[in-house]
Amino acid sequence: MWWDTATPPSVGKEMRQSVQVERRALWTPFFCVAQTPKVWEVRFWGRSVIDEILRGLVEAIRLIATRDPDVVEIVVLSLRVTGTALLFSSLIGIPLGVVLGLTRFVGRKLVIAFLYTGMGFPPVVIGLLVYLMLSRSGPLAPLDLPWIPQLFTPTAMITAQSIISFPLVAGFTMAAVMGVDPNLRQQVRALGGNAWQTALAILFEARIGIMVSMVAGFGSIISEVGAVMLVGGNIQHSTRVLTTAIVLETRKGDFDLAMALGIILLVLSFLTNLVVLQSQGKLLDD
Amino acid sequence: MTDCTFAVRNLTKTYNGRTVLRVPELQVRCGEVFAIVGPSGAGKSTLLRLLNFLEPPSTGTIRFRETVFDAKKPMPLALRRRVTTVFQRPVLLSRSVADNVGYGLSLRGRRDAKELVQDTLEKVGLGSFASQPARTLSGGEAQRVALARAMVLELDALLLDEPTANLDPYNVGLIEDIVKGLNEEKKTTIVLVTHNVFQARRMADRVALILEGELVELADVAAFFESPREPRTAAFVRGDMVY
Repeated sequence: MWWDTATPPSVGKEMRQSVQVERRALWTPFFCVAQTPKVWEVRFWGRSVIDEILRGLVEAIRLIATRDPDVVEIVVLSLRVTGTALLFSSLIGIPLGVVLGLTRFVGRKLVIAFLYTGMGFPPVVIGLLVYLMLSRSGPLAPLDLPWIPQLFTPTAMITAQSIISFPLVAGFTMAAVMGVDPNLRQQVRALGGNAWQTALAILFEARIGIMVSMVAGFGSIISEVGAVMLVGGNIQHSTRVLTTAIVLETRKGDFDLAMALGIILLVLSFLTNLVVLQSQGKLLDD
Repeated sequence: MTDCTFAVRNLTKTYNGRTVLRVPELQVRCGEVFAIVGPSGAGKSTLLRLLNFLEPPSTGTIRFRETVFDAKKPMPLALRRRVTTVFQRPVLLSRSVADNVGYGLSLRGRRDAKELVQDTLEKVGLGSFASQPARTLSGGEAQRVALARAMVLELDALLLDEPTANLDPYNVGLIEDIVKGLNEEKKTTIVLVTHNVFQARRMADRVALILEGELVELADVAAFFESPREPRTAAFVRGDMVY
């Protein structure tokens, strides 16, 4: 645990004493509830948690205000990888969800069972599978096809993220389509709609649910770290995205930067959802 | 005059091995108001869905404008668009009232019919509701919008499936007046499915009774109510239990 790790050499004698005191303070709850430390009293190498968050916030503002080139590069790559992955997963997931929601065929329930399993599949396992598939000794390597992505590239990260988010997009789209009034199809056909027009009308009625499916897909991959770390490798100026950068900076002990990147990730996620809600015209509703 | 009647021959509809409708012969004349009465579950709505070509019959045929519709041969889209149904529970799209009324026209590729839509809304007494979201309407208003959505179309036949079953007497009167006006003004054939014998008497030229999927009696409105041939018709008209 972090309090058992060696204190960084840059920290002086006073700080080490402080760590000793705080170590005792942390163990105290096991013996005496009355002396439980408050959250603002918990300290990392001499700094309180609240301090750490505040410094992270200030650092995040500074990085954004100064348009730090490294951070801008990481943010742009994160958005590019996640956006492209979401595009691919939507292109496959939305039509599949619509077909599963609108039609009945032999094996449909089996497909849905696979989809539900995919929705709960650990992303890191998907990362591992993609890694094994794309590695030089993997089954795809001998094919030597130009469109098969190479490991440790943004394309490999997009592949993994697309696989992670597509079951979510398809599953939520199916639920949204199935939630549309079943009499709508009959009504549109009665009004003279052909098969395409009927499907479009159902899609239009399910549009908010479909938008939510995309938001869920986006949320699942923008914050994903295991798979992109495996297949991307967190290479600076190449495959480093926000989540992998946070892991790296935390390991380096640069909590200010890690927290700043975390805050930027949160803000990005919030802004994206805000844009989606605004496009639905729902933001100002009750 | 265009032959716009439905001519039904040896029609049956079977679901999961159970025959729910059996009509040996039935003709709906051009420009008439034809009421189909019967208790719930008798097969009235099934017949209406077949007349709107929404489902194929299991056996038999429906002839419409010299074109035959049966289990193997679907009705061409252009002819299917000459008929529409207003259902018991109006299904409106989550758009404005005007967009809902113009929806059938937009399916036909007509998007420049604002005046027609507004005129039709005026006819059903909802002229000031055009820009309002359709989902905010009351039941009676929603049913009038559904009726207006059908009225803007160029139809040979309008099928009404219990259109006033859930409405208060005021809205029932409004909708009956609108339907009668449409029938008189445009000579649109009306097929009205109802379990309300009084409504059938008020509106129809001819009435048919369906019980347990069988066409029991078909007669002019006066003969149907005053001198029915079938004892079950007489009992149904009196309000006795016949099922």
